[in-house]
Amino acid sequence: MRIKLGLELVGFLVLALLIAVVPRWIDDFTAYEFAIVGMYFIALLGLSILTGYSGQISLGHGAFMAIGGYTTAILSVDGIYGHQLRDLWTIPIAGVVAGVAGLLVGVPALRLSGLYLALITFGIAVSFPQLPKRFDHFFGGTTGKVLNLVKPPFGLDTTPNNWLYYLTWGIAFVLLVFAWLFLRGKPGRALQAIRDSELAAASSGVNLATYKTLAFGISAFYAGVAGSLYVISRAYINPDVFPIILSVYLVAALAVGGLNSFVGLIVGAALIYVLQNRADDVTQWLNHLPALDLDPKRPGMPSVIFGAVLILVMVALPTGVGGLLRRIFGPLTSRLYSRS
Amino acid sequence: MTPLLELDGVEARYGPVTALRGVSLEVGEGEFVAVLGANGAGKTTTLRAVSGTVRRSGDVIFKGAKLPRRPDATARAGIAHVPEGRGTFSELSVWDNLRLGAYTRRGSLKEDAQRVFKYFPRLEERKGQQAGTLSGGEQQMLALGRAIMARPKLVLLDEPSLGLAPLLVTEIFERLAAMKTEEGMAVLVVEQNANLALAHAARAYVLEVGRVVVTGSSEELRANESVRRSYLGY
Amino acid sequence: MLVAAFTWTEFAQQIAAGIREGAIYAGLALAIVIIYRSTRVINFAQGEMATFTTFVAWSLMNHGLSFWTAFPIVLALAFTGGFAIERIVIRPVEDAPVVTIVIVTLGLALLLNGLTSLIWGGGNRQFRGPFSTRTIDVAGVPISVQDIGIVAVSVALVALLGLFFRFTKLGLALRASALNPDSSRLVGVRVGWMLAFGWGLAAMLGAVAGMMVAPVVFLDPNMMQTILLYAFAAAVLGGLDSPIGAVVGGLLLGVTITLLGRYVGFVGQTLKLPVALLLILLLLIVRPGGLFGSVTVRRA
Repeated sequence: MRIKLGLELVGFLVLALLIAVVPRWIDDFTAYEFAIVGMYFIALLGLSILTGYSGQISLGHGAFMAIGGYTTAILSVDGIYGHQLRDLWTIPIAGVVAGVAGLLVGVPALRLSGLYLALITFGIAVSFPQLPKRFDHFFGGTTGKVLNLVKPPFGLDTTPNNWLYYLTWGIAFVLLVFAWLFLRGKPGRALQAIRDSELAAASSGVNLATYKTLAFGISAFYAGVAGSLYVISRAYINPDVFPIILSVYLVAALAVGGLNSFVGLIVGAALIYVLQNRADDVTQWLNHLPALDLDPKRPGMPSVIFGAVLILVMVALPTGVGGLLRRIFGPLTSRLYSRS
Repeated sequence: MTPLLELDGVEARYGPVTALRGVSLEVGEGEFVAVLGANGAGKTTTLRAVSGTVRRSGDVIFKGAKLPRRPDATARAGIAHVPEGRGTFSELSVWDNLRLGAYTRRGSLKEDAQRVFKYFPRLEERKGQQAGTLSGGEQQMLALGRAIMARPKLVLLDEPSLGLAPLLVTEIFERLAAMKTEEGMAVLVVEQNANLALAHAARAYVLEVGRVVVTGSSEELRANESVRRSYLGY
Repeated sequence: MLVAAFTWTEFAQQIAAGIREGAIYAGLALAIVIIYRSTRVINFAQGEMATFTTFVAWSLMNHGLSFWTAFPIVLALAFTGGFAIERIVIRPVEDAPVVTIVIVTLGLALLLNGLTSLIWGGGNRQFRGPFSTRTIDVAGVPISVQDIGIVAVSVALVALLGLFFRFTKLGLALRASALNPDSSRLVGVRVGWMLAFGWGLAAMLGAVAGMMVAPVVFLDPNMMQTILLYAFAAAVLGGLDSPIGAVVGGLLLGVTITLLGRYVGFVGQTLKLPVALLLILLLLIVRPGGLFGSVTVRRA
């Protein structure tokens, strides 16, 4: 136990170091890319608490990201009582707003098991983009809102992209530590007990309702923070910034990365970045594969390829990359046990 | 005479736990054989190993041929397994349960059903009732009835007396004995209630920690004080 | 909030349209329920499977076959496809975590959607349905023959399925496999094949739903997406493990949202789905298993 704890603390130190030092070796644009990956990482971290730990599947977390994003946008552009807020301060607020929304969803979610919940949250993901279009005076409709470009605060001498990188990964680190503490302690054990057997957990006095709802709220908070950062990075928002498919990507990334695996979360985050933000490059790259006639310009080909890849990956690695690593490196890698 | 069923050093495990460490036994045609022993000795696992419900290594020979290791194949070969907990389809009606029992047979069910109702008239009364609403004893009867619908050569019975009142248990065992004689089928029964089992069985095997420790005819076992005390609990 | 003009005639027409919509949702919802009951999987690809088979029907009809000649061919192909998908794609992951299986069916949906575009190209197509589009007079209300036909076919299909499940040996084996796979094996049922059979049946249902709806909306690769969502909603409403629930849920949903969309201005056309989901969510709070479903306690 002690050794594990020691290893984990060392791991955190190494991570902190890496975060601080990496920008020296990468160019400005790569820093931007890393930042975006970091945002998805934050969202996945939250989702893994929900799905990997309390075992609730949500196919609607893109909506929580959107809530966070819109909060930031509205507060920055329209302001509160005519007072525009600096982008930084909107981040925690965005998280809280999304978190509250998560709690609100989490309460009725208690009554739904497994796939019922997946379907309802999927419904949320599909329905949410309609809201900005319907209430366009508030949300900016299809045109959305435009923010000021991101700027390092207090005249710090660094590029905007580097600032974005530090901001994102700094927050990611803090949230990771928080998640770690949360999961190590009583709440985490309670959630694990719930995931493994609700009946047993309930009969040993674990208050199911509180913990499950809490998990929803926390995961939504994380998604909201991620969404807020994302909007800050792009300096605008409209309904297409957080599309329906994003919710699917989040869950796919979790599945491919493997639930409850730190490395898996990074892999998953990188995957979403590639799919969501670099799709064109992927299709370009695919064009270079002569063997199969996979011309990605033909309509439908990207979907065929992506769908086939998803299926193959999940069939080959049902427990994701994380599961694979765990099998290879045994109990050394992760203290996060998953019976899934 | 070649036995109907033969187990030759069969091993079985549940994940890392080895439940059977080389069990050998045989059942002759039309024979009533009991498997006895304390809890956790491997009795249920033995039946599961025969029907293929648990992974096993080692051969099980039935009617001279190696039994495949899958439950649906063993059913088709002529073995009916009534598992722990009876395996009733509680959401289906009594009649549908019986229909399922005859799944491997072709042709009309009427005759087969009549046989079952002859042994258990109460089932006919409750034909349309949902199986889960039957009493414990009736469910056991249904399980037995379902088993013989397929006219099996061998019936594997797991703890038929479990949870039933003594009078009911006696009744069931007597019907079982009658069925055995009239249908010409062999019975391999796992029982905690050794006394009852030995009263009906011709022979018995006693298991302990996954191995056969004692075997013999019922008379021998009942007469043997030390065996009774150490393994049979009475 | 309410729309001013109201006539009984139009109301009856709206109800008829709602029933027709509902019949389509019911068919697809039934497919979802069949698969869920037997394999405990939500087939997110149900809609795309239906679209694909409908395109096949379209091609067959383009080559000169009449609708009713192509119909059984398409059903047979759909059945084979569904059966094969279960054996090839679903079987390897049947013991995997739920999330994995969800992603597999989502991947399948993506794959089929892309394949449809690939083979037939995007863009809308006309699909000549088997029923004429003229209206007839039913008690003073003009109702389209097509609507009646769609409902009739759906009802007939559901009835046939019901009879199949209740009275045939195969139907019984299918039900048993879904309820208690272990006991089913012990009586000699090849549960694996039964599950695949269930997928085949579901694919057939989807194909019928697709062929019924295509004349009404235009045939294009994304045709079934919204319908699938409503079908999910209907299945959840009725209870995911209840076939009756799927049918009732579908009809109820169809009528309700048609009426809501027409008479409640606030809802209009854009908020139909979100409002439907909200209502269902509220229902699930009171009845977690849906109208007819059962809530199972999750065991370790």
